[in-house]
Amino acid sequence: MHSLILATAIRLLLPLMLLFSLFLLLRGHNEPGGGFVGGLVVAAAFALYTLAHGEKEGRRMLRVAPLQLVASGLLIALTSGLLPLLAGLPFLTALWSAVPAPVIGHAGTPLLFDLGVYLLVAGMSLLIIFTLMEEN
Amino acid sequence: MKNLLFLPLIIPLATAVLGLLAWNQRKFQRIAGICSTALLSVTAVLLLLEVQQHGILSAQAGNWPAPFGITLVADTFSALMLLATGLMGLCVTVYSLADADSDQEARGYHPLLQVLLLGICGSFLTGDLFNLYVWFEVMLIASFVLLALGGKREQMEGAIKYVALNLIASALLLAGIGLLYGVTGTLNMAHLAIRLQEMPHTGTIPVIAVLLFCAFSIKAAVFPFYFWLPASYHTPPIAVITIFSALLSKVGIYVLIRVFTLIFPQETITGQPLILGAAGLTMLFGALGAIAQPELRRLLSFCVVSQIGYLLMGLGLMTPLALAGSIFFMLHIMAAKSALFLTSGVVARMSGTTMLKELGGLYKRYPLLAVLFLVPALSVAGIPPLSGFWGKLALVQAGLQSEQYLLVAMALGVSVLTLYYLVTAWIALFWKNQPADAEKLHHLPAVRRGQMIVPALLLALVSLVAGLLPEPLFRLCHIASEQLLNNDAYIKAVLGVTQ
Repeated sequence: MHSLILATAIRLLLPLMLLFSLFLLLRGHNEPGGGFVGGLVVAAAFALYTLAHGEKEGRRMLRVAPLQLVASGLLIALTSGLLPLLAGLPFLTALWSAVPAPVIGHAGTPLLFDLGVYLLVAGMSLLIIFTLMEEN
Repeated sequence: MKNLLFLPLIIPLATAVLGLLAWNQRKFQRIAGICSTALLSVTAVLLLLEVQQHGILSAQAGNWPAPFGITLVADTFSALMLLATGLMGLCVTVYSLADADSDQEARGYHPLLQVLLLGICGSFLTGDLFNLYVWFEVMLIASFVLLALGGKREQMEGAIKYVALNLIASALLLAGIGLLYGVTGTLNMAHLAIRLQEMPHTGTIPVIAVLLFCAFSIKAAVFPFYFWLPASYHTPPIAVITIFSALLSKVGIYVLIRVFTLIFPQETITGQPLILGAAGLTMLFGALGAIAQPELRRLLSFCVVSQIGYLLMGLGLMTPLALAGSIFFMLHIMAAKSALFLTSGVVARMSGTTMLKELGGLYKRYPLLAVLFLVPALSVAGIPPLSGFWGKLALVQAGLQSEQYLLVAMALGVSVLTLYYLVTAWIALFWKNQPADAEKLHHLPAVRRGQMIVPALLLALVSLVAGLLPEPLFRLCHIASEQLLNNDAYIKAVLGVTQ
């Protein structure tokens, strides 16, 4: 089932949705948003692309295997927990940079953790979506 | 040194993540699995030493002070259980080198095993009731996939029964936790202990205690909730059942002991007849079920249920000796029962069947294997000088001191039944003549045989040594039970104040 409308729209929607997901990720610290919902938006973007162009094209567009996204997301989240151990603080303690960065304000390990969640959720959802859409 | 408490969580998690990153590298995953479980054992030993020297340890994840943050606590009991987890993990990982087929490994057997260990270690360390629920879910997810891995029809059937019953348990647990939070306004276990001491135990609180008791009883396979265990444990590969029977149901008992000595000591005393009744019937029905089984794995699964009764007996009696006996018995049963499971796995591999009727005559060709089955079997039955004897002796003595004569009689009677069905199984496997129409034995290559037999041998030796020299281990168990019965040290370690 090829839909011309969806295929045309998704070319504009995909970058927009990805940008929006980043916005959600960064906004999530103090306001509604965060890694989880951001990751879901990423997955939704690629799911729409996959609906328009098929599962093979979707995988090609993503470039990395979804499982690798899951693994790297977990790794990043784990690292954000391990960093405070180096400073002699308990596991998962939040560390903040002293100097505020532009746009995002004070960066810290919670953002890193959120990034891990973002990748993990995106990878996990896409893993499921791609598997369901496989044509055999 | 407080960060030592996080290591039992970080090690399996990091190994699982590395395993995910190297999804197709089996060799790497295997080596990582062995290193991780070995490291876990070392960490547990360090923790145990640390707890002996400095008393109960606690740490706050994220540096949020208790009762607001998530607390990890290690006392002697949890350190002992962690040590057992590490050693069991190591044994099963080594065994899996020979036993897990390439299809299972390709679907992530090793990372899943690490996730399972993560959930188990988390449950042993956590000092927060909601966090405990989360660890239970981690365990449930990993164990569900491990059960279903391979996707054979009977495996799916077992896995669905398992997950359905465990989800019900989780729902009960969550309901209990929600109610408890509503009543007390906290979920930190030490804080709960204080709050509940100040409250009259009427109305909701006994209800919550019963809800939690039922939830943990389902997880631990206590009568009358035991039926899912034999229905699902006979389908997956032996290595998986071994780790399940050694650790998963014991987590249920661990949590029962922890929660009902720390948070609900009053309910444990008022509910004593109920707990002791459940304990006695668990023993009895497990043993009766085992006698009726014509298949080895089912027989051993019922045997797992039967032994759970003894563990619960210690909690019901609530004396220092009884709890020490329970803890000793728990460690003993992990080693002895797992040795039995692993040995029967070797038998199943070689003869291609687990039906008792179709087996036989193995003694002639493999006398060592016969001994390897007999020693843990006698230990489980409680024959001196093996470890099971001392555990049962302590429990029986405690039972006599508390004048629970019926229960003691049941415990002793079930021991005789246990001896009966295990020896019957042994005779069926090794002693009787091989049936004429039996398949020819598959000969395993030496390396594979070694990978399968060495863990079983090690565990059998643990049972033997703990039986010959029970003193040091029993002293540790006694310290653990004293710590369980005197909450003040636990509360002080977590909240930093005496009540």
